[in-house]
Amino acid sequence: MADKATLPLLTAVPKTEGGSPWLTKLRRTAVENAERTGLPGVRTEAWKFTNLNALKALEPVAATGTAEIARLPAFADLQAVELHLSNGTLTHADAMPEGVDLVGLAEPDDAPDWVSETLGTVAETAPHPFTAINTGAFTGGIALRIRKGAAVETPILLLVDTRSLEGAGTVAAHPRILVVVEDGAMADLVEVHTGGGAYVNNAVTELVIGKDARLGHYKLQAESGEAFHIAMTAARCAANSTYDNFALSTGATLSRNEIRATLAGRHIEYRINGGYLACGDQHMDTATFIDHAEPDCASHELYKGVLADRAHGVFQGKILVRPDAQKTDGYQMNRALLLSREAEINSKPELEIYADDVKCSHGATVGELEDDQLFYLMARGIPEERARAILVSAYVDEAVDHIQREPIRDAFRAAAAEWMQKNIAGAPAEGGL
Amino acid sequence: MAATVDTVRQVEEVTGRAYKHGFVTDIDMDMAPKGLDETTIRFISAKKEEPEWLLEWRLKAFQQWQQMKEPNWAKVGYPPIDYQDLYYYAAPTQKPQLNSLDEVDPELLATYEKLGIPLKEQEILAGVVAVDAVFDSVSVATTYKKELEKHGVVFCSISEAVRTHPDLVKRYLGSVVPAADNYFACLNSAVFTDGSFVYIPKGVRCPMELSTYFRINAQNTGQFERTLIVAEEGSYVSYLEGCTAPQRDENQLHAAVVELVALDDAEIKYSTVQNWYPGDEDGKGGIYNFVTKRGACRGKRSKISWTQVETGSAITWKYPSCILQGDDSVGEFYSVAITNNAQQADTGTKMIHLGKNTRSTIISKGISAGRADNTYRGLVRVGKRADGARNFTQCDSLLIGDKCGAHTVPYIESKNPSARIEHEATTSKISEDQLFYCMSRGLSTEDSVGLIVNGFCKEVMKELPMEFAVEAQKLIGISLEGSVG
Amino acid sequence: MALLEIENLHAEVDGKPILKGIDLSIEAGQVHAIMGPNGSGKSTLSYVLAGREGYEVTEGSIRLDGHDLLEMEADERAVAGVFLAMQYPVELPGVTGMTFLREAVNARRKAVGEEEIDAMGFLKMVRAKAKTLGVTDDMLKRAVNVGFSGGEKKRNEILQMAVLEPKFCILDETDSGLDIDALKVVSEGVNALRTPERSMLVITHYQRLLNHIEPDVIHVLAHGRIQKSGGKELALELEQNGYADFVEAAA
Repeated sequence: MADKATLPLLTAVPKTEGGSPWLTKLRRTAVENAERTGLPGVRTEAWKFTNLNALKALEPVAATGTAEIARLPAFADLQAVELHLSNGTLTHADAMPEGVDLVGLAEPDDAPDWVSETLGTVAETAPHPFTAINTGAFTGGIALRIRKGAAVETPILLLVDTRSLEGAGTVAAHPRILVVVEDGAMADLVEVHTGGGAYVNNAVTELVIGKDARLGHYKLQAESGEAFHIAMTAARCAANSTYDNFALSTGATLSRNEIRATLAGRHIEYRINGGYLACGDQHMDTATFIDHAEPDCASHELYKGVLADRAHGVFQGKILVRPDAQKTDGYQMNRALLLSREAEINSKPELEIYADDVKCSHGATVGELEDDQLFYLMARGIPEERARAILVSAYVDEAVDHIQREPIRDAFRAAAAEWMQKNIAGAPAEGGL
Repeated sequence: MAATVDTVRQVEEVTGRAYKHGFVTDIDMDMAPKGLDETTIRFISAKKEEPEWLLEWRLKAFQQWQQMKEPNWAKVGYPPIDYQDLYYYAAPTQKPQLNSLDEVDPELLATYEKLGIPLKEQEILAGVVAVDAVFDSVSVATTYKKELEKHGVVFCSISEAVRTHPDLVKRYLGSVVPAADNYFACLNSAVFTDGSFVYIPKGVRCPMELSTYFRINAQNTGQFERTLIVAEEGSYVSYLEGCTAPQRDENQLHAAVVELVALDDAEIKYSTVQNWYPGDEDGKGGIYNFVTKRGACRGKRSKISWTQVETGSAITWKYPSCILQGDDSVGEFYSVAITNNAQQADTGTKMIHLGKNTRSTIISKGISAGRADNTYRGLVRVGKRADGARNFTQCDSLLIGDKCGAHTVPYIESKNPSARIEHEATTSKISEDQLFYCMSRGLSTEDSVGLIVNGFCKEVMKELPMEFAVEAQKLIGISLEGSVG
Repeated sequence: MALLEIENLHAEVDGKPILKGIDLSIEAGQVHAIMGPNGSGKSTLSYVLAGREGYEVTEGSIRLDGHDLLEMEADERAVAGVFLAMQYPVELPGVTGMTFLREAVNARRKAVGEEEIDAMGFLKMVRAKAKTLGVTDDMLKRAVNVGFSGGEKKRNEILQMAVLEPKFCILDETDSGLDIDALKVVSEGVNALRTPERSMLVITHYQRLLNHIEPDVIHVLAHGRIQKSGGKELALELEQNGYADFVEAAA
């Protein structure tokens, strides 16, 4: 039986007996995998640059109780149907648009077939101990299905909030999100993660994207400054689908945002862009993995990092092109801007290619603002501090601009601007650019 | 273009697909008993009449090595190596001191002639290249010693240097690659048998290229050579090494260590054409080439430039690196790595920027054919004090056929905001348009491939000294024979 | 007193002396041209005037309207009325043309304690000026200079000049990379900005630009010094004989 010694984050003894056979089996395998792997150390290549000692030292209890969740100002004007997950529990759900089914995952034993047949089939628990822990221990979350051919215009806004309530001490939540986009369906999902005080949010988002389907999936990680955010997004895309992913990280003391996608059919367009904005002593780790398993797919990735103060950024991006995946078009770029002498970046873009008829490239740059750009702005009369802020802001917006839906793009621009205003001297007001 | 015509001609000159260096030389060998323990190390040390400190150094390394684990992070696979099933010392039987080349075993000289190494002085264009030849474990001949001595340049086997320049060896040996640096370097520190030693005094521009040829001949023999090059203030040296081995069914281990030290304003240019036996088409036999090469730019404005053309070996595991300690020092790495059939290469570099305004350039060209795997693995690290550091990295991979793999694994770490690091990598296949264009002008498929690949590698090839460039161009063509069509 | 006074100006780049004692005085309303061979220090002079870092003034003074320019940072000089139209205008990914102009205008207004400019009125004004220079709305919406042709970049520079209304303009090789039609548009734009209060320094290698923008005075710069000054006829002389005389004379 799983215990705290092997898995310090496991806040509840998982139900690995009784219950529905599918869930029991899923949880049991997950716990076994988690115990076998243990929490990663710096010798684990995938976690080489992220020291988890502070997380391991925590003795969190299960997050209980719920609180009201308010939208962040940046998202105030976004027209959307809203879902709230407070401490892992579904506390609020607007009426879903036509063609969308919503199921809470508090009692997954009774979940319908489309949930039991897909949950845990995309987010692998080996060798991903945090995903395994989530799979073993999740007590709540949501499952969404976009029915075949449904074109959902209004974005679905999922607010995930974690905080210690009623003096519970440090808490841990393991929210689980499953989205099934059936063949030919279209939808946009926006995840916003917030919270208060010290806690662990160990989230798993699992996505199944059907043939000819389109999913826009946008995530803002704006956790409290004392929080640990460990998240796995795992997607499986079918032929002719489009997956537009964007993730912006601004919060948490330590965060790890891992995004894995398997392109399991032909002619898939996968866009994976994002940014990480860190200051103070924040540690932000972004890990992306793109599995080109079939021919004729395209992936485009641009990540931009801004690191101020003593912040430490980590970017690991891997593109795998399997032997059959001919005509793959893969592009990956990570740019990091260091704004202070104490900031640090580790960047590891990686290509692993087994097919010959491919076009794959990646790049990485690290540096400070370009002197000639700064001079150009100043030569037009703009003071240095302001000039720097304009350039940083424009730098981040270049990644944000890849978001395909305009209202959502505006919201993320505002979120980035909000961070800029708080943390970069001379930053222009939101909408100023 | 004259250069391309030349290339075609050179590729055409080469006939037959067999590894052309795959002959065995029959020479009486003086060998240590098989296996590795302290006795072996004492045997080697005694054979070489080494001073006590060096024996102690070896024994300490051996103790550390026994505690270490063979690394497994590289993207290469091979059956476990039985380190007790190897000979650690094999030397051609001969008089202990050679006074001239006339005293070298004629069979050995014949071997070098077959290799195309102009060992006999009269065959060398006057003053172009000085050669040290390492046959299995032992350096057998160093040419042009007298000419070099005039300039104060020391170029001899490292065993000889231990006797003649003990202070220099003691001071620098292990100072760049510590004995226990990694598994293979540690093994080398314990059992190294020979290698070259170069010392360029202050302000001297070495009057000729220095060259070493390595040859593994004896069966079941590991070759563990150790090279040390020290360039004093304001000096310059260009050093070349070439490697071949006979064709054998079993794998042979080559675990070398190369250390370079460049002081203020010194420059070392180190070029390698590695053509160890790669094994047969089915992956049987071939050399395991596990090599640690590292240079320290200790002095201000010093420069170390590595150029390598890696076409041989069953497995290549090497990362020639630069530690840029001196302010304004420069590190360069130019590499062509070709893998065909079942060959595996995991190679790249480390550029460690410590001093201010240090600059590094990495140009890597990987070509993979057959069922081969070819990985670039590199690290660019900028330390806190390395203000104004600059790195540019370009890694291009070319795939020939759909059964091979090409991988790029760069690590980029910066702790200084004024540093600027740029990394670019591309992967593509040999263009059908280019192939068709060449063939429509009458070139055979293989000549076309050779030509196109040589073009792909041009940025690296132009860094090679002239004498090597021609050989390297031919090698590229030969290595890829049978890869298309 | 002249609008711009340069006295005994010495400057170096990376420790290498480039300007070796320049004396130049430009009256309000005058257009001066500086011609010279490559490497004579023309672009260095323009960067020194605009206050670019890395261009070290070792001796001498520069005064604009009596104010010491060398005491000011690049942005302060711009606010004081210096404008450098660059030979190679810099690309600013992510910063739109309108934003850039508005930031620049507001920086000036802020410096003199004025309110920020009215956005709608400003847009109208910029559009009107843009139109005469053939700068499209699309170019204003796009990131500054990103993906612009050589001609578009130069027209954009002149548009900025028109909007910012500087006292003293430096045109650094504005003709480089322009075909004859683009050259005409740019020159007309510049000529439209000639006023009795505004002075200009036109830096060029060739005489042809001076057919379009007629200078009052021409100076020949070589080896970091002004070797000769004169009227329009000097340009024609240079066109015929090249710079050889000056290069040799000073060598």
